[in-house]
Amino acid sequence: MPNDLWLSIGAILPIIVLAVWACLLLLVDLFIPAQRKGWTASLAAVGLLITLAVILSRLGQSQSGFGGMVMVDNFANFLSILLLASGLAAIALSHDYLQRTGIERGEYYVLLLFSISGMMLMGMASDLIMVFLALELLSIPLYVLAGIAVPRLNSEEAAIKYFLLGAFASGFLVYGTALVYGASGSTSIAKIVQVIQAGQHNLTLLLAGAGLILVGLGFKVAVAPFHMWTPDVYQGAPSSVTAFMAVGAKAAGFAALLRIFVLAFPVVSLDMTPVLWSVAALTMILGNFVAIAQKNIKRLLAYSSIAHAGYILMALTPYGQSNVSADSVASALFYLVAYALTNFAAWAVVIALEQADERGLELSDYAGLGRKQPALAAAMTVAMLSFTGVPPTLGFVGKFFLFRTVIEGGFIGLALIGVLTSLVSAYYYLRVVVIMYMQEGEPVVRRDGWLYATAFVSSIGVVALSIFAGPLIALASRAILNLF
Amino acid sequence: MLFDYLPIIVLIIISTGLAGIAVLLGHLLGPRRPTLRKSVPYESGMRPIGPGARRMPVRFYLIAVLFILFDIEIIFFLPWAVVFKKLGLFGLVEMFIFIAILLVGYVYAWKKGALEWE
Repeated sequence: MPNDLWLSIGAILPIIVLAVWACLLLLVDLFIPAQRKGWTASLAAVGLLITLAVILSRLGQSQSGFGGMVMVDNFANFLSILLLASGLAAIALSHDYLQRTGIERGEYYVLLLFSISGMMLMGMASDLIMVFLALELLSIPLYVLAGIAVPRLNSEEAAIKYFLLGAFASGFLVYGTALVYGASGSTSIAKIVQVIQAGQHNLTLLLAGAGLILVGLGFKVAVAPFHMWTPDVYQGAPSSVTAFMAVGAKAAGFAALLRIFVLAFPVVSLDMTPVLWSVAALTMILGNFVAIAQKNIKRLLAYSSIAHAGYILMALTPYGQSNVSADSVASALFYLVAYALTNFAAWAVVIALEQADERGLELSDYAGLGRKQPALAAAMTVAMLSFTGVPPTLGFVGKFFLFRTVIEGGFIGLALIGVLTSLVSAYYYLRVVVIMYMQEGEPVVRRDGWLYATAFVSSIGVVALSIFAGPLIALASRAILNLF
Repeated sequence: MLFDYLPIIVLIIISTGLAGIAVLLGHLLGPRRPTLRKSVPYESGMRPIGPGARRMPVRFYLIAVLFILFDIEIIFFLPWAVVFKKLGLFGLVEMFIFIAILLVGYVYAWKKGALEWE
């Protein structure tokens, strides 16, 4: 066998390990009795840890593989580690929740692993065809996971809605890819860059292609006006799936957006920047204002996730300016970490309060939590403050970094919209805190060690990492994109 | 550049036109003496026993999904067999990996009882 094939296989070894582990787990799970699905959960976690070890053992190297189809650089490794950690958190949130709602199946964990492998591939993909493949690999397990609570009706609704709109969005992405291919004669990002540098591209087609790719990936990361599916899917899917989906799908979608736009499309930045500007502004305004009206905590967090997609997209706006684009990538990555940690702290509390038949999800169910469960209420408070962007939380550092990048790029108006909508968001985030501490109530709370551990570790992480944010920022700044 | 495609457009126009004319002529000129036997969906076939959109056991869908899965396997096998010699050992190993992945799905479907009718 040719030598570069071995090198290529070596480059994507983490994904291979994870996918093979998932396949084996699917078989092993067949022999695990239904009351012992905790074993499947632990084995899935072991698989994620092994993959993490493989990645950590080869940090700092940058490898390209399969003729430029994948690029395993610091950026990809950074994302892979974030995704694997999110997967571990998701498993910690899942086991007890699935068991008590009676929907625990071994396939759940297998699908989770497959989805993570797709997300990791998305971070590495440096060919538009590969981006599409990774997108399908991450999406299809998520469609099934959203509907895993059958025969609960709104879970089925969530799965169908997510599937149909996701397939529609993939169509946009493929159309965009085809147009970019028409404009440049290649789907490989490195080759597209070469063609553009030589000035042999068709600018109109390239612009149309870039726009369609933005639409396709915009669906996945849920930016307005492509966010319609988000509230229904986030509400209908089992909470543990939603918690993972909110982080994983967003991180993967933004990874592809960052790599494609920053590397291949600076040439169309003059036309794309106003588009990104308005999409980001619209997303922040819509997400934050509609969230005010929500009474259900899952819907509230869904709209909050839309708003946060807007903040991250804001970082992409100055992507065309070569002196800012590195900061643009770093601040987006940093914000994704901040969002992931905060998100898992919040969802751990939501899952602890959720009961059978979707009771315990209204905001009023949180009344009295501060007196009855001070520790959980504190974790939720930290998460809400971090979502708002109040120091000393990671959300504050992330937003600070984001706004600085945007202002550096010269978009003071956009940064202003970001700050003002953050102020608006304080209203509905802090309302949760007010309800928890200042209203009387008897909240019903599920006690589970893993759930509590996730809530506390994430919320302590949110605070601690904000005080010692230096190393994390340095890591994010080193997670640059490599072209060759 | 678009001019190169002109013959295709002309061909599309001519063929749709011809087809339309043929149907129209048959409709105008042909004698029509319909009887009950002639107007059933399958003339000289068996007698229809109900509407076509009947309810079917959901198991058929499972079979259909499995069929598609393993049908794709064959589609991949065919081109592989054609260039088998050129690919050499690499192709053989690749195909074994492919079969192993399919086998995982097969064993899963089998153990879950998807292949049993009852």
